[in-house]
Amino acid sequence: MTNAIADLLERLFGGKTESRDRVKQRLKFILAHDRVALTPQLVEQMRQDILTAIAKYVEIDEEGVEFGLESDRRSTVVIANLPIRGLRYFDPNVAQLELTLPEPPGSKVTSFDSAPAVEGEG
Amino acid sequence: MSRIFVVTSGKGGVGKTTSTANLGMALARLGRKVVLVDADFGLRNLDLLLGLESRVVYTSLDVLNRECKLDQALVKDKRQPNLSLLAAPQTRNKTAITAAAMAKLVEVLSHHFHYVLVDSPAGIETGFQNAIAGVKEAIIVTTPEISAVRDADRVIGLLEANRIREIKLIINRLRPAMVKSNDMMSVEDVLEILSVKLLGVIPDDEQVIVSTNRGEPLVLAE
Repeated sequence: MTNAIADLLERLFGGKTESRDRVKQRLKFILAHDRVALTPQLVEQMRQDILTAIAKYVEIDEEGVEFGLESDRRSTVVIANLPIRGLRYFDPNVAQLELTLPEPPGSKVTSFDSAPAVEGEG
Repeated sequence: MSRIFVVTSGKGGVGKTTSTANLGMALARLGRKVVLVDADFGLRNLDLLLGLESRVVYTSLDVLNRECKLDQALVKDKRQPNLSLLAAPQTRNKTAITAAAMAKLVEVLSHHFHYVLVDSPAGIETGFQNAIAGVKEAIIVTTPEISAVRDADRVIGLLEANRIREIKLIINRLRPAMVKSNDMMSVEDVLEILSVKLLGVIPDDEQVIVSTNRGEPLVLAE
């Protein structure tokens, strides 16, 4: 009985995800990977390569990186959310200079005009 | 103009064979000439669901090995003469049949019947590859469960890779009360995830077990 009440309260106040929503999330994730037929190792390698490429231009907040595949209507896209910590002025001939900007909360690579767009569709 | 379908699912136990038996019987009752081909070599079941097991003498393997004629191997249903069954061999022979031979078999059958329905084995191995040989359209059977939907997606990908693009979905064993309480995926959820056209929805029903026990497809009771 106590459980039933707790369950009801959880549902009312949104503490508990419905199992239907959970299964849809899990399926979308797993199908995205099934459909591109990439091994987890290759996905990780791609993540590293993309991070390395971006890091030439901007400093990425590695803690906040979201990277993965998502599936929609039988097509799969690479989703990369790479929060920027600061700009990196890179000159291969001179020693590397870093300039750290005040951190706009939740900023993404795409919000910087000077940086190459990364977020989004593959 | 005849139509050749494979009924497949990836995952086992979702109701492929039961759906094949009932679709075949329903089409035959509408006056179409229908042949059901059991492509589950070594684990045949379609004859049991139709209640025709005692009348199977020859199988598709005998036909392919030229040990009997095609019409000798076709079991005509006495309740519904428009319906015929071509059974699978119960012993799996080392001299495995080829996809090319299966394709030829369904093609020949399509000259004599309006509908050829091939009941595929579970899985995506050789048996599945043989079952889709020569077919033009596919019916995917799934249940609103994570493993069944995942396997259905895999099979859809393989069918498309084999240039079978007319694919329709049967969602089996739906439990409306569970969908209502958000504890089961809805028809729309499954369609959104798989992005295929819906053929039909079958609610979960204990009567299916009863009719299977009797060897009488449920549509006969209508």
